[in-house]
Amino acid sequence: MTRRRETLTTLVLVGPATLAMTMLIFVPVVVVAGLSFTDYQFGAHSLNFVGLDNYRTLFTDPQARRAVTNTLLYAAVVIPGTCTLGLLVALGLHSLAIRAPRAAAVLRAAYFLPVAATLVAMAVAWQMLLHPNLGLVNQMLAAAGLPGQRWLSDRGLVLYTLAVIGIWQSLGYAMVLFLAGLAAIPPQLYDAAEVDGAGEGWDRFWTVTWPMLGPTTLFVLVITATGAFRAFETVATLTKGGPAFASDVLVYAMYREGFVYFKAGYSAAITMVFFVLTLAVTVLKFRVLENRVHYR
Amino acid sequence: MTRDLTRVLTRAFALAALILGAVLVLSPFLWMLALSLKAPDEIFTPNIDLIPNSLHWENYAAAFGRANLLRSLWNGTIVCSGILVLQTIFAVPCAFALAQRRFAGRGVVFGLVLAGLLVPFHVTAIPIFLGLAQVRMLDSYTALIAPFAASVFGIFLFRQAFAALPTEVFEAARVDGLSEPAIVWRIAFPLALPAATAFALFSIVAHWNDLFWPLIATSNPALATPPRAILYFRDAESGAEVGALMAAAVVVVAPMVALFLVAQRRFVQGLAAGGLKG
Repeated sequence: MTRRRETLTTLVLVGPATLAMTMLIFVPVVVVAGLSFTDYQFGAHSLNFVGLDNYRTLFTDPQARRAVTNTLLYAAVVIPGTCTLGLLVALGLHSLAIRAPRAAAVLRAAYFLPVAATLVAMAVAWQMLLHPNLGLVNQMLAAAGLPGQRWLSDRGLVLYTLAVIGIWQSLGYAMVLFLAGLAAIPPQLYDAAEVDGAGEGWDRFWTVTWPMLGPTTLFVLVITATGAFRAFETVATLTKGGPAFASDVLVYAMYREGFVYFKAGYSAAITMVFFVLTLAVTVLKFRVLENRVHYR
Repeated sequence: MTRDLTRVLTRAFALAALILGAVLVLSPFLWMLALSLKAPDEIFTPNIDLIPNSLHWENYAAAFGRANLLRSLWNGTIVCSGILVLQTIFAVPCAFALAQRRFAGRGVVFGLVLAGLLVPFHVTAIPIFLGLAQVRMLDSYTALIAPFAASVFGIFLFRQAFAALPTEVFEAARVDGLSEPAIVWRIAFPLALPAATAFALFSIVAHWNDLFWPLIATSNPALATPPRAILYFRDAESGAEVGALMAAAVVVVAPMVALFLVAQRRFVQGLAAGGLKG
């Protein structure tokens, strides 16, 4: 009797969440995977199985392919940029915190601010900063005697501009993770390194800090990568994938094809490519986490 | 002697670089703030002046007057609190059972939670949109809130917090005859308040700032969340109201910045833990 009551209690506690998870995550994943092999359009009453056609279009059509190549190029700029700068800032703040904790705290808050700020609103601010005539950036270039750029409408430049905004936004996040990693390095290791004659600057960094930061670095790389694959807000706000698909990325293409052009099947295929890309790096992240439970 | 000098110089250089970097990172905020307080004629002169000649507060009045700004702040508040309440109601009991109860299928449920962490919301957007269209619920608060009810990240975070609590506490409560839901909400949940705060901050920031789903799920301007309202305003504005647009951006960003400055430690903790989410 009590056994049955126990089971009922468990069901009351676990049931709703499990049902919600299934309906909102797992069923949709199966549905979207299925749809990606069809020509379904939102609002249509029927659909046809088209095999791999959607995927073929995505990878062979020169215009459609831009979404894939741009996402990879964007990530290739944002990942190293964010990780390198995040690490440098973390190293600087970590050593500053010993001598001037207040100043370090203020600077840390400044670097972290973009992570919290609403990206769409900040993108609009960036738009003014990068405005061809009125923007601060081109005005400063002009003051230095340099030619201004059309940062958001030059085909060769736009993706890099967005990548810089991406780095600006995620840098503080990487910094915070690196700071946690640095704080976890036992001070004795530095003493030992000093005894061995590696007590100064970069010597110290390469013999102790860098090897000890290994797992943190991999973790930051993976998180930055998933963030970069997900770029959407800046593209939707600033370029809508243009000019001429020069800044089209996967998530924006998914939105446009699916919810502007109603090509649900094709959009589902873009979704799956995005999913596989994210999944690949996230699995890597969990393998890192297994080796390193106490990361906070 | 020279070694000390090098060290001092290195430190001075590092500090200068850190400050310069911070100024660069803050420059979009400063520029936004500056433009939001400038009169139109001052915005359209090619001078680099960070400090406005005179504070043109009319921009803020204009921003609130147009753009449904107030309405969008209200929408954002409703959507964020709705999502947070739903997520908590679903996640906390499940997390408690996973951490403090033994039952058949516990491994399966926890496996689902871990698998769920691998799925970004974007992947589920098309089917959820179809489902909402099927029940004619698009363009409503429900459409903005309900899809986020099951937060696997929340379950994961609360499970960790509950697992760290001593089992004896709950056994004592059971002996006292408390029902299991009462134990969850009256004993376990208050004890996990630090985790709850971190999760709340993570959830609020994520959904206040989100553009992807509101763009898909709603087309009615009256339902615009803050980022959506900024876009409506920007698209309607033809260049004459840059100051007001920047003022609107300041108003939308301000609550998140304030939240961050007030609860820095928990905030960073919540967002950093959010890295676990796929």
